[in-house]
Amino acid sequence: MDKTYLKFEQIGRSFHRGQMTTEVLRDIDLSIDQGEFVSLIGHSGCGKSTLLNILGGLLKSTTGEVFLEGKVVDEPGPDRAIVFQNHSLLPWLTVYGNVTIAVDKVFGGSGAAAKNKAERHDWVMHNLELVQMAQAKDKRPHEISGGMKQRVGIARALAMQPKVLLMDEPFGALDALTRAHLQDSVMDIHARLGNTVMMITHDVDEAVLLSDRVVMMTNGPAATIGEILRIDLPRPRRRLELATDAEYARCRAAVLEFLYARHRVPQRAAA
Amino acid sequence: MPATRANTASIASDVPVPGATAEIVAFRPPVRPVFERLRDAANRFAGIVVPPVIVIGFIIVAWQLLCSAPGSSLPAPSKVIADSWDFIVDPFYDNGGIDKGAFWHLSKSLSRVAVGYSFAAVVGIALGVLVGQSMWAMRGLDPIFQVLRTIPPLAWLPLSLAGFRDAQPSALFVIFITSIWPIIINTSVGVRNIPQDYRNVAAVIRLSWWEVFWKITLPATVPYIFTGLRIGIGLSWLAIVAAEMLIGGVGIGFFIWDAWNSSRISDIIVALFYIGIIGFLLDRLIAFVGNLVSHGVSAQ
Repeated sequence: MDKTYLKFEQIGRSFHRGQMTTEVLRDIDLSIDQGEFVSLIGHSGCGKSTLLNILGGLLKSTTGEVFLEGKVVDEPGPDRAIVFQNHSLLPWLTVYGNVTIAVDKVFGGSGAAAKNKAERHDWVMHNLELVQMAQAKDKRPHEISGGMKQRVGIARALAMQPKVLLMDEPFGALDALTRAHLQDSVMDIHARLGNTVMMITHDVDEAVLLSDRVVMMTNGPAATIGEILRIDLPRPRRRLELATDAEYARCRAAVLEFLYARHRVPQRAAA
Repeated sequence: MPATRANTASIASDVPVPGATAEIVAFRPPVRPVFERLRDAANRFAGIVVPPVIVIGFIIVAWQLLCSAPGSSLPAPSKVIADSWDFIVDPFYDNGGIDKGAFWHLSKSLSRVAVGYSFAAVVGIALGVLVGQSMWAMRGLDPIFQVLRTIPPLAWLPLSLAGFRDAQPSALFVIFITSIWPIIINTSVGVRNIPQDYRNVAAVIRLSWWEVFWKITLPATVPYIFTGLRIGIGLSWLAIVAAEMLIGGVGIGFFIWDAWNSSRISDIIVALFYIGIIGFLLDRLIAFVGNLVSHGVSAQ
């Protein structure tokens, strides 16, 4: 066993429906270091979400294993907290309640990481402050905007102190301005906390701006990793400066070239 | 809004005047005069109250005209009030036996509903959760529910009289068996419709089975449960009036039957009015509690 923090080894996944078998993923090999920010990009239906769900433990792989700190991942857990695309906040709980339900469960026991009630409250508030949502803690999800909901979703995931933070197209449902604002927040949080992050996106700029590496997936069926691009832009990154940066333009062009010249969406799957 | 006002302090104006050079004023929230706000409130109130008053007035006049002919088989409203004046003004009299005021009849009927309906709510929600969560239980129980729920309430009464050998528990059983079906069915639909997202959240934070039930399943199902409870309370109020006609004793159902037997038609009409109002209030009560419990989050 090597010392890689997070390792996908020969991951494959097939779905069976009646007589039909669809192979979604094949031969995924990927190693991620601690503190790394990795984006998965590819066309719709290429199995990005399937791969993320396998890492999250919500789906089982058909072949291969995922190792986190040398241990096999085979069930969901707070060490791989997920930020869902549609925020998945519980509508009957307040903003505070949505984060607390996770914090109480993860830090409520009597283990080494346990916190008492006051500490848990402080920890919830700390994480809400991190995403600038502390002032809205008593609001319910239907009373706040889409961007704010996603901030709470991020706070809930961060509050679990995950070893890897999984983000499934976290900003896909947001308008461009809100999205840019949240991307800056995520970069800021990543700089402060040094989380290991795996994020799905289909936004080229988002991938290049946020990531240390961009993993580009080929089209399904039997999608696999087509290419991995290392983004060597210095941090902190500022979107305004990068707009005219030659290295940024080169990375962006490389991803676009991969997605639209070499791995176009096949005609039948155009959507 | 006159254009001259739009030139100066045009906060209340929503029509900008092109080309007009507006004098710059500091923003202040528009404070409207008191009488204007009162007038608006009065208008809103009138908009809600006037239509039903007109319609009800029209119905009463038509009823009065239709039934005031001599030899009419049903009493006109004026005759109803004259005949039943004692019954209307003193709901609390008690001459022993079943000769009591409206309050005692209605409260007896309501207490029967409270008991039978409470049993139905508890058992119905429990069975609904079971059927919603377990495919096996659904396949086993759902066909039985679908058949039993079509049986009219009163058809159960002879069987329950035979089983309990007593009128009181039989009436409660009829309420129970009438109101339980919509509660079971709506609860099970609610449990089955819990979004996968909520289950994923529960899986990631590793809630135990019991915690999932308390913190996810029940709250996510509350809007559905209350839909079932609202249908159920309406049905049980329907059933109690019919059941009481047959079992006798104190209760608004038997009061109507007794009034019919002694040709007190006016009393029947007053009793129907009470039954309608109380059925409406029961429905609003359950809706209100449901809104309170689900924090205004309706079923999506």
